[in-house]
Amino acid sequence: MAARVMNLFESIGFSWLVSIMKLFTLQNPKEQVENLIRTLGVPLFAFAVFLGAWHIGASQIETSLGKVPGPAQVWEQAGALWDEHKAEREKEAAFYERQHERNALKLEKNPNAEVRIRDYTGKPTYFDQIVTSLQTVFAGFLLASLIAIPLGIVCGLSQIMYTAMNPIIQLFKPVSPLAWLPIVTLVVSALYTSDDPLFAKSFVNSAITVTLCCLWPTLINTIVGVSSIDNDLVNVSKVLRLPWHTKIVKIVLPSALPMIFTGLRLSLGVGWMVLIAAEMLAQNPGLGKFVWDEFQNGSSQSLGRIMVAVITIGFIGFILDRLMLSLQKSFAWDKDAIVR
Amino acid sequence: MQGYLTIEQVHMDFNTPNGGTFKALDNVNLALEKGDFVSLIGHSGCGKSTVLNIVAGLLTATQGTVLLDGKEVNEPGPERAVVFQNHSLLPWLTTYQNVELAVKQVFKRSMGKKEMDEWIKHNLHLVHMDHAMDKRPGEISGGMKQRVGIARALAMRPKVLLMDEPFGALDALTRAHLQDSVMEIQADLNNTVIMITHDVDEAVLLSDRIVMMTNGPAATIGEILEIDLPRPRNRLELADDSQYNHYRAEVLRFLHERHAKPDAA
Repeated sequence: MAARVMNLFESIGFSWLVSIMKLFTLQNPKEQVENLIRTLGVPLFAFAVFLGAWHIGASQIETSLGKVPGPAQVWEQAGALWDEHKAEREKEAAFYERQHERNALKLEKNPNAEVRIRDYTGKPTYFDQIVTSLQTVFAGFLLASLIAIPLGIVCGLSQIMYTAMNPIIQLFKPVSPLAWLPIVTLVVSALYTSDDPLFAKSFVNSAITVTLCCLWPTLINTIVGVSSIDNDLVNVSKVLRLPWHTKIVKIVLPSALPMIFTGLRLSLGVGWMVLIAAEMLAQNPGLGKFVWDEFQNGSSQSLGRIMVAVITIGFIGFILDRLMLSLQKSFAWDKDAIVR
Repeated sequence: MQGYLTIEQVHMDFNTPNGGTFKALDNVNLALEKGDFVSLIGHSGCGKSTVLNIVAGLLTATQGTVLLDGKEVNEPGPERAVVFQNHSLLPWLTTYQNVELAVKQVFKRSMGKKEMDEWIKHNLHLVHMDHAMDKRPGEISGGMKQRVGIARALAMRPKVLLMDEPFGALDALTRAHLQDSVMEIQADLNNTVIMITHDVDEAVLLSDRIVMMTNGPAATIGEILEIDLPRPRNRLELADDSQYNHYRAEVLRFLHERHAKPDAA
C-alpha cells in the first residue's frame, strides 16, 4: 500500500512527499532529510525569493486602480472570493428552503395544488467560473482528441492521406483562437438552433474554439508516432496477414502511444490557454470572463482579484499537465521509459 | 526444375535515388525438397536478404517466380514464417501474447481456445521458454528473445521457415545454445528451412546444403555444397572430424578466394 502511494507521488513529480513518508517510517532518516532539502527546500527557497521580488516590485508601481497588489493583498482577495462563494451558497440554500416551505404550506391547504421550484439565478461565484472553465476545456479537448487521434492514425498509415492533409494542417495550425472565435460564434448561432438546447450556446462556442486550437498538436504527434513504427514490426504484421483493425490495436496504437500522449499533453495545455482568451473575448462564462469583468469593474480590489485568477489559471494548468503525465505513465508499456 | 520450394530465374532491380537502377540479383535458381535445411552464405551486401525477402513475399522480384508447393508466391503470408534478425517481438506483449497473436491469426478457424493455449505453450516449450511466458521482451535476454521469435514462427506451422541471420546479434555461447536447439527442433519437426548466415561453422553444422552466393551487384548462386554428415550432429565431435573440416575449408575457400572482390567488406 505505502509503496503504491509512493509510486503515485513519484510519478506525478512530488518526490518530496515520498521523502516525508519515508522519514515517518524511519527509513534511513539522514538521507531522507538531505533528499527533502534538495527536492522541497530548493524550490521553496526560490519561491520565497520570487514572493519577495514581487512584493518589492509591486509596491513601486502606481496604477489608476491604486498600487499593484503584492502577495499579501492577493492572498486577502483569495479569502474574500472564498467568503463570497460561501455567502452565495447560503443564499441559494435559503432560497430553495423558502420555496419548499411555501410549497409545503400550499399542499397542506390543497393537496392538488400545482407546485413548482424555481431555479436560483444568482450570479456565478469565482468557483463556479472555475468549474465552468474546466468543463469547457475538457469538452473541447475530448472532441479534439476524438477527431485528431483517428485522423492522425489514418494520415500516419497512408502516404496519400498525409500528402492530402498536410497543407491543411500547416495552414490552420498557427491560427490564433481569437481569429476563430467570431466565425465559430456565427456558425454556432446559425446551426445550433434548438428551443431546449442541451448545452448553452456560449459553452459550445468556447468548446469548439478550444477544439479548433488543440486539434493540431495531437494530430501532428499522432502522425509522427504512427509513421515511425519500426519497419520490422510492420513486416511481422504483413507476414501474419493481420486484418487492419488488429494491426491498429496490436501494433500501431501501442507503438505510437508515447507520441500520442505527448500530443495530448501539448493539446490540453494549448486548450487551457486558448479557453481563457476565448472566454474573455466572447464573454462566455468562465475564468476568462471573470478576469474581464474585474478589469471593467475597476475597483481598488480588481487587480488583486485578477492576480488570484492568474495564479489559479497557472495552478490548474499545472495540475492538468500532471494529470496527463500520470495517465501517460499508467498507459505506458515500457515502465522504464523516462517521461517528464 | 522440380521441388517443394523453387526459386526460378529470379532477378531483382532496385531503383536508386538518382534515377538509375541497381541490379541486386541476377538469375537466381534454387530448388528445395520438403524437409531440406539450406543455408545461404555470402559476403555482406550480396543479396542474401533480398532472396529471403522475395521468398517471404516482402519484396517482389523484377523477373522470375517463386513457387511453394505448386503455388506462386506474390504476397507475405504465415505459411512462409520469418524469424527476423532482431527478433521483432512486440515489446508491449508478453512472450505468450506474442506467440498468441500469431496463433490466433493463423488458426482462428481451426482451433478452439483450449487447443490454442496448448499449442502456444507447446511451442514455447520447444524453445525452452516456458518459464518466461509472462515476461515482456524487455525483461529477457537477447538469446531468449530470439527463442521466442523462433517459437512464434514455428507456431504458425509454416511450410517454409525463413531465418534471416537469426543468431547474428548474439554472443558465441548463446549462439551455440540456440544452434543446438534449432537442430533438436529440426530433428523433431523436419521443417523446410532457408537460413541466412555469415558464420561458416553455423552453416556446416546446421545445413543439408550450403548455397554460396557471389558478391553483388548482380549477385547469383556461385556454388552449392552438399553437407553429407550424419545427424544428430555434435559440435564437439565434429570439431576433429576430417569431413567436417573439409566442408568448412570448401566454404572458406569460396568466400575468400573464388568470389572475393578486394572492395568487398
